[in-house]
Amino acid sequence: MLKIEHLSVAVRGRKILNDINLHIKPGEVHVLFGPNGTGKSTLIGAIMGFDRYEILEGKIYFKGQDITGMSCDERARLGIGVMIQRPPTIRGLSLRKMVEICGATPEETETMAKWMGMDNFLDRSVNDGFSGGELKRCELLQLMAQSPDLLLLDEPESGVDLENIALVGKAVNYILHTEPCGGAGCDRPCCIKNQGFEHNPLESKRSGLIITHSGHILKYVPASHAHILYEGQMTCACGDPLDVLNCIGQAGYETCVKRGKCEVKK
Amino acid sequence: MDKEKLTAALDKKAMYGNDIDLNAYNDTNEARTKSVDELSQATRDRLEYVGIETGAAEEENRSASFVQLDNNAVEVKVKKQTPLELMSTGKAAEKYPELVEKYWWKAVKPDTDKYTAKTALEQEQGYFIRVRAGQKITTPLQACMCISHDQQLQHVHNVIIIEDGAELSIISGCTSAHEVESGMHIGISEMYIGKNAKLSFTMIHSWGENVIVRPRTVALVEEGGQYISNYVSIEKAKDVQMYPTVHLNGKDAVARLNSILVAPEGSHLDIGGKVILNAEGCKAESITRTISTGGEVINRGCMTGKVEGIRAHLECDGLMLSNKGYIYAIPELDAQTGNAEMSHEAAVGRINPEEIEYLMARGMSEDDATATIVRGFLNVNIEGLPDSLAKKIEATLDSFKYNKGM
Repeated sequence: MLKIEHLSVAVRGRKILNDINLHIKPGEVHVLFGPNGTGKSTLIGAIMGFDRYEILEGKIYFKGQDITGMSCDERARLGIGVMIQRPPTIRGLSLRKMVEICGATPEETETMAKWMGMDNFLDRSVNDGFSGGELKRCELLQLMAQSPDLLLLDEPESGVDLENIALVGKAVNYILHTEPCGGAGCDRPCCIKNQGFEHNPLESKRSGLIITHSGHILKYVPASHAHILYEGQMTCACGDPLDVLNCIGQAGYETCVKRGKCEVKK
Repeated sequence: MDKEKLTAALDKKAMYGNDIDLNAYNDTNEARTKSVDELSQATRDRLEYVGIETGAAEEENRSASFVQLDNNAVEVKVKKQTPLELMSTGKAAEKYPELVEKYWWKAVKPDTDKYTAKTALEQEQGYFIRVRAGQKITTPLQACMCISHDQQLQHVHNVIIIEDGAELSIISGCTSAHEVESGMHIGISEMYIGKNAKLSFTMIHSWGENVIVRPRTVALVEEGGQYISNYVSIEKAKDVQMYPTVHLNGKDAVARLNSILVAPEGSHLDIGGKVILNAEGCKAESITRTISTGGEVINRGCMTGKVEGIRAHLECDGLMLSNKGYIYAIPELDAQTGNAEMSHEAAVGRINPEEIEYLMARGMSEDDATATIVRGFLNVNIEGLPDSLAKKIEATLDSFKYNKGM
């Protein structure tokens, strides 16, 4: 699905990421740990193709295609979807229109907004005066409509109260395990139209890359791989993402990275 | 006012705006075009663009219609059983001398500047509208001012009286004939809004590229009355200067002014608005969204709070989409008493690139993302508009294509 080779990225002339390699196969969900300011958001921004992330070296492949030089909208249309940490307010553009722009029909927009508890926000300007949790739910609503094959989430649970983390997790699972509607008469079992929010996830070919500090999201979204990004370099951590999280909790990032493997005291 | 004094005022420069030589225009009152049917199809399309309906759409969506070409009213129609009076100001002056005493040139002083003086000296043109007490008219009246000959000076004097408890919505479409290259429009409007009465006045301008425009509007609002003004101008306009003034004279009177302005290269817009809050509980809000794609905009807004317990809010926001031109925002708040709640917000700048990228990350092209943000910026929530007109304005805004090269 996604392959990153020897990627180095700078922001405003300063090198943030150095020689990053990452391979996410279809159906895999990877988690990215790392201290603040280490370049996790930069990696997600570079994969999405945001302008301020300057690729110094290396290549990004998506579905086998070299996307390193592609614009952000081309990447989105190829099937990459992103949730950024601080989305801007778009004044005068209703959330309803925005969700429709992302690809949902008016009926789907209504249904999904209800699932996300955002139906009262549909006629408000996108992100205008939204609280932390509302922003996350709003992003997920748009991503549901966009229905990407690769989901990039930058701290999906930050600012979300405990009760709503389950909802965030459910939404992420929904996106990972749903296919866009094939149009009139579509009978795919995992088509948006043919299932509710509470569906039983089928095996998915979709992938995700999730940045998390607390790891709360992992309770709801089963992740297959974990990485630690430390001082601009990627360490592939072995083992279960929850073990890696425990290891970081017990020993700290630096020790974990130096050890190169997880030793969790049970 | 005596003629001598008025004649002297013909040289009086206006407070704002470039000084215009009125002698450069033809001020004939001769009726050279006698009906809308004589206008070319291209011109009739322009009328439709500024909200003037004809045929079945007019029958359905308008309660009355007034069309003035140059200095002659060529159409004055009121749907049967609609309780409003509509006629040319000239006819009304003959019919109701007592109203002339009470309302003509009382809100606007005729010697305010050369434009008011010129209009006061000329034969009366324009429309007179009266809605009697308690009559609520739900379907809007349309009024069209059109310059149909090149170099023509159009001078208009409108008087609108909404008596106590009455309601009316007016759509005022102003344009010039397709063939007209230059001309000048002076429009004096005096609006009298009675107790608990409501007037919603929506003006769409699409003048020819070299037309000079000088509206002079004053509205007086009594206790519990509401005046809602919406102004849309998104085409090139050589030189427009206006500063409509609203006096909220009665307790709990309300004024809302919304303006959507786009200034392409070659436009000079000096647009403002003033609300004077003279009585307890009065509320005023003025929201202006301005875009320069190379043109010049001066955006004045002024609120004067004279008594305690009033509320006023002013927004003058601008987007610069070009390195040419300018947006000069001048919000003014004048509190003359304690316990007045007055605020303003003015932001002028370029589009935030993060907003563009945000939409691009959802699959929109850069151009579409930019156009969507621009449209959102202009999307002022215009209250109290009939659906058909709200759609019209939306379509007008949709027709505005942001072009990167501008």
